[in-house]
Amino acid sequence: MFSQVREITLMNIRNLPSRVGSSSVIVVGIAGVVAVLVGLLSMAVGFDAALKGAGKPDRAIIMREGTSSEMNGNMTPEQRAIIKAMPEVELGSGETYVVAAIKKAGTDIDANVVVRGVEQTAFDIRDEVQIVSGRGFEPGKAEIIVGVAAAGQFEGLSVGSFLPVRDRDWQVVGHFTAGGTALEGEIWGDLDTVNSTFRRGGISSTMRIRVAGEAEARSLDRKLQDDPRFDLMVKPETEFYASQSEQRTALINGFGLSVGIIMAIGAIFAALNTMYSAVSTRTVEIATLRALGFGNVPVVVSVMTEALFLALLGGSLGAGLVWLVFDGYSASTLNQASFSQVAFDFAVTSELLTMGLSWAIGLGIIGGLFPAIRAARLPITTALRGE
Amino acid sequence: MTAAVVCRGLEKTYVKGREQVPVLTGINLEIEQGDFLALMGPSGSGKTTLLNLIGGLDHPTGGEIEVEGQSLGGMSNKALARWRSENVGFIFQFYNLLPVLNAQRNVELPLLLTKLSRKQRQANAETALEIVGLADRARHKPGELSGGQQQRVAIARALVADPRLMVCDEPTGDLDRDTADEILELLQMLNADHGKTIIMVTHDPRAADHAKRTLHMDKGKLVTAGALA
Ligand SMILES: Nc1ncnc2c1ncn2[C@@H]1O[C@H](COP(=O)(O)OP(=O)(O)O)[C@@H](O)[C@H]1O
Ligand SMILES: [Mg+2]
Repeated sequence: MFSQVREITLMNIRNLPSRVGSSSVIVVGIAGVVAVLVGLLSMAVGFDAALKGAGKPDRAIIMREGTSSEMNGNMTPEQRAIIKAMPEVELGSGETYVVAAIKKAGTDIDANVVVRGVEQTAFDIRDEVQIVSGRGFEPGKAEIIVGVAAAGQFEGLSVGSFLPVRDRDWQVVGHFTAGGTALEGEIWGDLDTVNSTFRRGGISSTMRIRVAGEAEARSLDRKLQDDPRFDLMVKPETEFYASQSEQRTALINGFGLSVGIIMAIGAIFAALNTMYSAVSTRTVEIATLRALGFGNVPVVVSVMTEALFLALLGGSLGAGLVWLVFDGYSASTLNQASFSQVAFDFAVTSELLTMGLSWAIGLGIIGGLFPAIRAARLPITTALRGE
Repeated sequence: MTAAVVCRGLEKTYVKGREQVPVLTGINLEIEQGDFLALMGPSGSGKTTLLNLIGGLDHPTGGEIEVEGQSLGGMSNKALARWRSENVGFIFQFYNLLPVLNAQRNVELPLLLTKLSRKQRQANAETALEIVGLADRARHKPGELSGGQQQRVAIARALVADPRLMVCDEPTGDLDRDTADEILELLQMLNADHGKTIIMVTHDPRAADHAKRTLHMDKGKLVTAGALA
């Protein structure tokens, strides 16, 4: 039985080159499905990684109760001083989070970029932030540093250039990296400078703190909630970024899957069509084999193998293409909650590649099974007539 | 020795949608071992249908059929497939060779269903090609052979598992006069020298002349002597 199956299958596969034209429909169709699916989902994975990577368990954000955006909130210098003195808080940086519109590189379109005013302690709290060219800004001066992703995406942010914001000109004095996280898409300046440019007085929107761990962050949260002087909550960074990421990832995942499913339906029809015609041009051949005494199993297996072979070829082509073109490709997305660009890399992971190939296999099975069953069911005498 | 083929009241009715199409209406027939029988008759008279029943390719809808001592009536498709591979060689009008395989591999195909080793399969296929006079074309694909040569390869394929019975449906229907004669002489040789029982459906009275006897069919019935009462 095994040798029958093998011989007939090998024969079919050897037969493939003579049908390149009609078989390529399956290959290209399935390559398309897998490419789109893996491409879109790699975007979600990359976005997720960019946001989640930014969160550390020993850091927390203090924001106005009930908000989900860093933009909202008014913390006075007095409130910040009280909090900094609390035993749970190892380090604290008041932060103002605003957006500015800057021209995107190579276009005439303005896009929003996050401008974050921070205290010098911010660099101790976020030790992943490293100046890679130029220097850090000096307190009180109209100086800014720019994340490398923002520097690449927007015009006029090279070190030494001046950026007009409101009625001031800020000087870019350095570029920084932040371990590949979304912070690399931001512009940072001194808290007082940003506050005065944006007429906020001493009021910061949030505060970033270093704590011992998530447990301490939670106990601080309870403490502030119970304190009538504050209308604030404390969220561990891990939790904060995870909730930020969730919405967007769900959106991209949902979009990726629906486009993938629509294309998959198309590909199934293409595969079915191709396999039906591949099988029908071989109706007499298959019937002859059955007349000679070959069973249904070799017939079904050989048709299925052929479909799977073509599907895997298409799947590898699609997944390989996406991997070559997109893996590590940088992109940015508009975060609707804060109207800012988040920079992230497409992450074509091995899980995604495996998933893409699984889809290809699934499509191959569906595309091969029905034609195979039909070929095996057709009465031999009818099939031999070749009608 | 049992007869090669015995049919008693054999019937075949096709169902087309709601319509019943009776194609064979009570065939009584006995064919001895070593016979070479030509089956003639107008188109649509049921010759192919009868040949297919004898070859175990289809189930009768009535009556009895016994071939090589085996009653085919109640057999499952799977059992029939196995039985065919051991007992019947098929020869078709359009040769039905597999275009991707060379002559040698085409002839070897039926042996994949046996327990023979690869070496034995090759040796037997070579022998079969020698018998049909095509040993020198073993590596040619069907597309590189003439019609007559392709039919010889098909005959070698029908021979290779050494069945006692060979059924041929218009084996010369696609060949010119001279080539047809060569094929018919080959069949005569297989009948005379190798003891094959041969049943051949044909339109051509000159082809039928090569057989030992001829039966005529019309509208699903045998119409000449040779049929049982
Ligand atoms: N699978 C089938 N379904 C329905 N009718 C069939 C089928 N096979 C053959 N027939 C009919 O049976 C009759 C006899 O066919 P056949 O045995 O091929 O005749 P012959 O070989 O003598 O020309 C024809 O009318 C043909 O249309
Ligand atoms: Mg016929």
